[in-house]
Amino acid sequence: MTGNPFSLWVYLSQTPLLWLTVTLLVYAAADAISQATRRSPLANPVLHSVWVIGAILLLTGTPYPNYFDGAQFVHFLLGPATVALAVPLYENRSTVLSAVLPMLIALAVGSLTAIVSIVLLAEAVGLPRDVVVSLAPKSITAGVAMGVSESMGANPSITAIAVILTGIMGAIVVTPLMNRMKITDFRARGFAVGLASHGIGTARAFQVDTVAGVFAGVAMSLNALLTSLVVPVLITLLVR
Amino acid sequence: MIASLGLILLCQLMGEIAVREIGLPIPGPVIGLMLLFVLLLGRDRIALLQRGPLQGGGVEKAADGMLAHLSLLFVPAGVGVVQQLDLVAEHGVAIFLILLLSAVVTLLVTALTFVAASRLLSRRSVE
Repeated sequence: MTGNPFSLWVYLSQTPLLWLTVTLLVYAAADAISQATRRSPLANPVLHSVWVIGAILLLTGTPYPNYFDGAQFVHFLLGPATVALAVPLYENRSTVLSAVLPMLIALAVGSLTAIVSIVLLAEAVGLPRDVVVSLAPKSITAGVAMGVSESMGANPSITAIAVILTGIMGAIVVTPLMNRMKITDFRARGFAVGLASHGIGTARAFQVDTVAGVFAGVAMSLNALLTSLVVPVLITLLVR
Repeated sequence: MIASLGLILLCQLMGEIAVREIGLPIPGPVIGLMLLFVLLLGRDRIALLQRGPLQGGGVEKAADGMLAHLSLLFVPAGVGVVQQLDLVAEHGVAIFLILLLSAVVTLLVTALTFVAASRLLSRRSVE
């Protein structure tokens, strides 16, 4: 014992162990609450983990880079998890092939809509250029979106926030929106939410319907591919 | 399990190398995704690939494990919002509203395009 709780804190707040532990435990608690509310979209575990951990950092005066020293071990897995999307794509290849044309058409139209709409809206409300570029890949999974943002010299942490917000929004609005529009084809509903809201939307689709979930997963993988190719081109066309 | 995880990392590594060396405008993990997909397809045809890390559903298990907790992986990046509190104070409401609008438009356009395209194509195949 050092006898001084403050020097213990000084030591702990500098080690990766503390912030990795905090990340896992806060997420585990948020996930348990999400399960207890039968996966209510409003109990989204990412949303609640982010503000709780953010509040802890602000209250303890911990700079984000210190936090990231620990959390980077979790963050690192975004890359391998993107590669792992090949597995659901492979396992559902026959389902995908049976609807390949409508999917490719919806992919092209939807992907362009996602990017063009956010870029034009962001320019219309007068956001600074680097924010506009950071928002452009917001519909695709965080690992890839942040890569796109980084490769264009934008701000990956703004991208991450936009990606997560978009995921949560899509997961919350998709079911009431589709019911109101009387779209009953679960392939179309799943594909739309996977394309617009990546992994968070896909997780939601699987809760509603298995077919919707499969199509959401495929849409998420395909849109990650297409968006990463198209964003650099569209940005040079749309943003001065 | 370790070999499967190693294979997933190897796919990503090859992707990163391709991106750096050829200067592709795609993130490395996306190339890795395509590479792993091709390997899985190849496994059904090429005997050599049926041995090694692709055997016995090991890659499937490793991938399912990672994808089951996909949400957790977004948390560290999301916490980065604490570095952007100025931006949130200045533009937070506008960003929130345009993201919501864009999400709703994208959902509707994508779903309606899918429905219209599949109707059109099935009508044509009946004729």
